[in-house]
Amino acid sequence: MTEKNPFGNIQIPREIIMLKKHLWKIVVVVLLVFVGFSSLYTVGPEEVGVVLQFGKYNRTTQPGLNYKIPIFEEVFTIPVERQLKQEFGFRTEEVGVRSRYATANLEDETLMLTGDLNLAEVEWVVQYRINDPYLYLFRVRNAEKTLRDMSESIMRKVVGDRTVNEVLTVGRQQVATEVEVLMQQLCDEYELGIAIDQVVLQDVNPPDPVKPSFNAVNEAQQQRETLINRALAEYNQVIPRARGEAQELIEQAEGYAINRVNRAQGEADRFTAVYEEYIQAPQVTRKRLYLETMERLLPNMGEKIIIDENSANVLPLLQLGQTRTGGIN
Amino acid sequence: MPVKYYILIIVAALLVFIGFDAFFIINEQNQAIVTQFGRPVGDPVTTPGLKTKVPFIQKVNYFDKRYLEWDGDVNQIPTRDKRFLFVDTYARWEITDPLQFFRRLRDESGGQSRLDDILDGETRNAVANNELLELVRSTNRSPEETEDIFEEMDELEQIEVGRDAIEAMVLQRANERTADLGIRVLDFRFKRINYVDDVRERVYERMISERNRIADLFRSEGEGEARRISGERERELNRIMSEAVRTSDRIRGRADAEATAIYATAYNRNAASRSLYEFLKTLETYEKTLDDDVTLILTTDSDLFRLMRTSD
Repeated sequence: MTEKNPFGNIQIPREIIMLKKHLWKIVVVVLLVFVGFSSLYTVGPEEVGVVLQFGKYNRTTQPGLNYKIPIFEEVFTIPVERQLKQEFGFRTEEVGVRSRYATANLEDETLMLTGDLNLAEVEWVVQYRINDPYLYLFRVRNAEKTLRDMSESIMRKVVGDRTVNEVLTVGRQQVATEVEVLMQQLCDEYELGIAIDQVVLQDVNPPDPVKPSFNAVNEAQQQRETLINRALAEYNQVIPRARGEAQELIEQAEGYAINRVNRAQGEADRFTAVYEEYIQAPQVTRKRLYLETMERLLPNMGEKIIIDENSANVLPLLQLGQTRTGGIN
Repeated sequence: MPVKYYILIIVAALLVFIGFDAFFIINEQNQAIVTQFGRPVGDPVTTPGLKTKVPFIQKVNYFDKRYLEWDGDVNQIPTRDKRFLFVDTYARWEITDPLQFFRRLRDESGGQSRLDDILDGETRNAVANNELLELVRSTNRSPEETEDIFEEMDELEQIEVGRDAIEAMVLQRANERTADLGIRVLDFRFKRINYVDDVRERVYERMISERNRIADLFRSEGEGEARRISGERERELNRIMSEAVRTSDRIRGRADAEATAIYATAYNRNAASRSLYEFLKTLETYEKTLDDDVTLILTTDSDLFRLMRTSD
C-alpha cells in the first residue's frame, strides 16, 4: 500500500495509519452505539410512556426499559400514578417534618366575596392525578394552568353562594366537597385527562383588618357563657341548700306535732286515770289533793301570816318588801 | 476526481434536500393548512402523521388543535348598582375551522387579540348590566344556620340571574360573534371578582361594625340570661321557703287541733270531770306560781286553817 505522504519525509506513526485503515469500522460502531442509546428509554415505576410515530399516537408503554425507533418516534413520559397537587393562597417552600410556607402577596388569590357580600380569605389545596395521558398531552394546552384557573373560579362560585359565617364555620367541609364535585365535572368537560382526588380547605379566615372584631365576637361569646355560668353557680349554691332548710322546717313541725299530740294524749290519759278514781269518792279526794298540794307548797313559801278572820285591816302593819330579810328561815 | 463526480454529489444532495421538504409531520397536538404563495391549497390537515406537499412552492401553517387558554385583562368595572370591581376572567377555546381561522385571523396571536376584544367587551357589558349580588351568587340555596344569634346574618338575599347564567350568556354572545372566525369558545368563567381598594376598606368597616354589634349582642344576652337566672333563683328561694313555712304551720296547727280534741274529750266528759279539771289545774297553777318570794296571808277562815279557830 503506497500512498502519497503530504507531509513529505515525516514518518507517520503506525497507529495513525491503523486508525485511518479502520475509520469506517469506528464510524459504524459509534453510529450503532448512538442508535442503541437513542432507541432505549426508561419509564419510571409511577409513569407510562406515550409514543408518537411521525407525530401520530402509536402506543402506550409500561414502566421499565423500552425501545423506540430513533428519530421517527417520540416519547412523552407521564407520571400517572403520582399524586400531584396545586396550592392556593400559599406555597410550600420547604417540605419536611416542619414544612415552611410562603403566603406573601397571595392575597388576591385567597380573597373572595361571600354570598352576603363580605370578604373571606380561603386557602386550599387540590390533589389530583393524570388519569388519561392522551387527553392530558393532546387535548388541552397547558392543562395545569387550566386546572388552576378552574379551581379559582369554582372556589369563588361555591363560596359566593354561602354566608361568611357558613364559610368560616359549619360550611367548610361542604365547600370542599362541592368544589371537588364541580371541578371533576369541569375536568371532564374540558377533557383535561385529570382526576380530582381531593380538595382540602386549609386556613379559612376573615381578612386581616377584620380579624380583631371576629375575635371580639368569640370573646363576647365566652363572656356570655361566663356570665351565665356564674349565675347558674350562684343558683346552685343557694337553691339546694334552701330545699334542705325547707325540709328541716317541715321536719321540725312534724316533731312539734308528734310532741304536742303525745303530750296531750299523755295528759289526757293521766287525767282520765285520776278521774276514774276521783269519781269513786269525790269529796275526800278533792280534800286530799288540796291538802297534799298545800303541804308541798307551804314549806317553800316565804312569809306565812295567819290572821283571825275578824281582825281586819292588818295589812298596813306589814312592811311589804322588808319581810324577806327579817323573816324566819 | 473528475468534475462529473462532484456534480453528481451536488445533485444528490439537492434531491435529498428537496425530498425532505416534500414531507411534513403533523403531530397529535397540531393541525395545519398548506398554502401556495400565501393562498390556501386543499383541505386542512387535521389528522396526525407523515404528510406530503410540493417542495418549496407550498408552505405549511401549523395551528394548535388543543383547547387553548385565554386569560382576561383584569378590569375595573362598575356594576349596575355602581360598585367598582376588579374582574378577572378566563376562557378556553379551540380552532375548529383552521382554514377560516387562517383567512380571518392569520395566526394564534391574531385569535387571542380578537378574543380579547370580544370577551373583554362582553364581560364589561355583563358586569355593567347586573348587580354585584348576581355576579357573586349562582343559586338561591338557603344557607345553613350557624348559631341562633346570627339568624338575620344567616340569610341570603334572593337573586334573579346568577353567576352561572351570566357566564353562560357571555359565552353564548362570544360564540355568536366568533362564529365566522373558525373558532369556538368552549367555556368562559369569572376567575376573580373583588372590590377595588377603597370599596374594600368600606366593606371591612361594615364587617367590623357588624361583628361588634354581634359581640354586644352576645354580652347583653349573657347579662340578660344571668339576670334571669338570678331572678329565678330569688323566686325559687321564696317559693321553697314559704311553702315550707306553710306546710310546717299546717302540721303544727293540725297537731294543736288534735291535742285540743284530746284534751276536750278527756276533760269534757261530764260535770264532775270538768270540775276535777278546774280543781287540778288550779292546784297546778298554785304549784307553779307560788314560791319562796311569796308572802302568804291566810285567815283562819280558810279551809286549811279553819281548825285553828275551832276544832269541830
